[in-house]
Amino acid sequence: MTPLAPASVHLATPGGYLLVLAVTLPVLGVLAMLVVAPRHARQVALVTMAAGLVTAIAIVAELIRTGTALTYVVGGWQPPLGIALRADGLSATMIAMTAMVITATGLFARGLYALGPKAQDGRAPTTFWGLLLATWSALNAVFVGEDLFNLYVALELLTFAAVPLVCLDGRAETVAAALRYLMFALLGSLLYLLGTGLLYGSYGTLDIQMLSRLSEGGPALSVALALMIVGLLAKAALFPLHLWLPPAHAGAPAAASAVLSALVIKAPVFLILRLVLDIAPPHAAILAGQILAVLGASSILFCSVMALRQARLKLMIAYSTVAQIGYLFIVFPLAAGNEAQAPWETIAWTGGALQLVSHAFAKAAMFLAAGVIAEAFGHDRIADLGGFGRVLPISAAAFGLAGLSLMGIPPSGGFIAKCLLLTAAVLNGHPWLAATILAGGLLAAGYVFRVVDRALATPAIALVAQKPIPRRLELVALALALAAMLLGFVPLEPFGFLQLGRSGAMAGVAP
Amino acid sequence: MTMLLDLALVAWLLALAIHVARARDDQGAIIAFIAFGLLLGLGWTRLSAIDVAMTEAAIGGGVTGMLLLRAEARLRQRSSQPQTPKRTTKAAAAIACTVVAAGLALAVLSFPSPAPTLAPAAAAALDSTGLGNPVTAVLLAYRALDTLLEKVVLLLALLGVWSLAPDQLWGGAPELRQTVAPPPFVYLGRILPPFGVLIAVYMCWVGADAPGGTFQAGTVLAAMWLLIMLASLRPAPETRRTTLRLLLVGGPVLFFAVGFLGFAVADGFLSYPEGAAKPIIVGIEAALTVSIALTLGLLVAGPSSRAPAP
Repeated sequence: MTPLAPASVHLATPGGYLLVLAVTLPVLGVLAMLVVAPRHARQVALVTMAAGLVTAIAIVAELIRTGTALTYVVGGWQPPLGIALRADGLSATMIAMTAMVITATGLFARGLYALGPKAQDGRAPTTFWGLLLATWSALNAVFVGEDLFNLYVALELLTFAAVPLVCLDGRAETVAAALRYLMFALLGSLLYLLGTGLLYGSYGTLDIQMLSRLSEGGPALSVALALMIVGLLAKAALFPLHLWLPPAHAGAPAAASAVLSALVIKAPVFLILRLVLDIAPPHAAILAGQILAVLGASSILFCSVMALRQARLKLMIAYSTVAQIGYLFIVFPLAAGNEAQAPWETIAWTGGALQLVSHAFAKAAMFLAAGVIAEAFGHDRIADLGGFGRVLPISAAAFGLAGLSLMGIPPSGGFIAKCLLLTAAVLNGHPWLAATILAGGLLAAGYVFRVVDRALATPAIALVAQKPIPRRLELVALALALAAMLLGFVPLEPFGFLQLGRSGAMAGVAP
Repeated sequence: MTMLLDLALVAWLLALAIHVARARDDQGAIIAFIAFGLLLGLGWTRLSAIDVAMTEAAIGGGVTGMLLLRAEARLRQRSSQPQTPKRTTKAAAAIACTVVAAGLALAVLSFPSPAPTLAPAAAAALDSTGLGNPVTAVLLAYRALDTLLEKVVLLLALLGVWSLAPDQLWGGAPELRQTVAPPPFVYLGRILPPFGVLIAVYMCWVGADAPGGTFQAGTVLAAMWLLIMLASLRPAPETRRTTLRLLLVGGPVLFFAVGFLGFAVADGFLSYPEGAAKPIIVGIEAALTVSIALTLGLLVAGPSSRAPAP
């Protein structure tokens, strides 16, 4: 009856329980926070963060030790009836990146909220801690999900954690931005869910591994994938569906912006990658890859120019996010692979993953630095920030170093990423994509230098901070920027860890 | 005869949908939308999906309608001139909907026949859970992780709504009604709740073996609670109250606890010990019903609008 063999393709591995912990620990923190007194919310968050960080490290260590993907079958119910969780090298990289950025943001927020001790147990901080942890769970659930409906639930969790973050400060314009974000996100969820329903109707399973073994395509598969990818694009804010992102990310409190820009939009990108790579039949994957690359290239060019034109620092960083996301989509035709080489063995695969991770660190660093600047001077108009580097040297340094990675100047993760992508574009005969990568780098240099120039300027009236900023707030941003730079010491070749758990590249490639 | 009824149902649904899309006043559109939800529930019963039908009527018709009506009332108080979308926006929405509908039709018509389904597998595995309703088995056993995370999503939605309150009102009580409730309404508020509670308990209890379950029971309970609050018989509680918070998280916490207990006494996370699955699942459902009822009620009640008592 069913076109599929009932035998399952998932075998639980001993370390699989770590994936359950990665998904559940942060939401357990949220539940605890709802019960304890508001003044303890912060402690709960910090304890949960420590536990989550340890879990992420354990997952990476377990992957390196065993050399294969971690798998867990929830409740012992085998797919397609039940749900499996699985982390391969790419997923584990995402989990580790998420843990680091969330922990850094948490430390930043703790310091920032400590500046106003009276409001520390109030509405915004208490809500922030809960939403931050919920975001974390949702992201981990997206990265380890193997079941399309389970992934839908993860996306919903992500939406409902991320949207209130946008309007935490309660101003009317941020509430409007949050509502617009909600509209786009819900539209995306709806399209994704429609596609999921169609896939279940056609194949009787939602397990990605099982779906990936289907050879025959068909109109239902094409329609389903088209709906799901468009829905995810709306969530990922790729041009021309990016309209919601700049006001939302620029209006959110600094710590929230960092998480939204660095991590939240990466989840739909990750899912698009899985749909195209694992489920789409080869010819459809090529077509989808080309369309996505065109949109990605437009995103890079259009939104980089928009970033150049912004008067406000946070809006500029937000537009830069849409531009940098574009690079992740030009990876599709570059990492298409062939008979001799699977997609995950190409340099573009490593380049794309590096771009994703280094952008996460760099963008979080930028938003946190911008948050310090706005806190110190009470505004973030770039034109009026002349000489801010003298008042806040560490923040200026963090911004500049993060900027290096966005531009693609060595030594930085962004440099290696763009270098690998450029090489792949030239080798595979995509001159237009190569030109776009170069032009995007130049434009990024334009908007980063605009700010660096202000930092180093000597205005007639020296800029003074309205309130003292503790050093450790600034250091968090610097640490993230340094992490983005350190990624620049990854060798310029396909990276073994990212291939772990991909078929054909199982054992023996541990770094 | 049934064919005729089905056709009438479809025609009615289409007419209502067009009416909702074209209606000029918002209140009329919302009321038509509620009717649409109820009729759609009828449609699901025609497809023998009783659980879906009940959820559609309760959530699609009931809770959503109530939320929309309250939002509309708020908007009417705030602004004098109603904002109607531009013609181009409407045209774009219409085109997008048509494209998606055409794509859906194309895909649905190309489904293999008979369609592949996991229903036999779900029914075959029922024995090991001791349950009689395969839908409950899917929700609380095979795909318990989805259900668990969905409950957290509901709580997050509530947290998001609460976060919209002004700073000084944080932790206070929401206000459902400013004016005095009319006497017949108060009478209903006194008479209906006992019956509603009875129905909810029954729905939750039979959910293990027959259509029904936590969501439907929770919605009925929430409706009764809202009725009492709207009739001004009891005020809405302060959102910071510890008892309220404990009941809110009680269901998900019990679910998580059972899930983790699975590591010790069964096959791992969210796996139930042999033979004891059914009582455990009924227990989880009971706690979840209370949590869902409170969450839905508080979602409708909205962010707090009174400062917390000192």
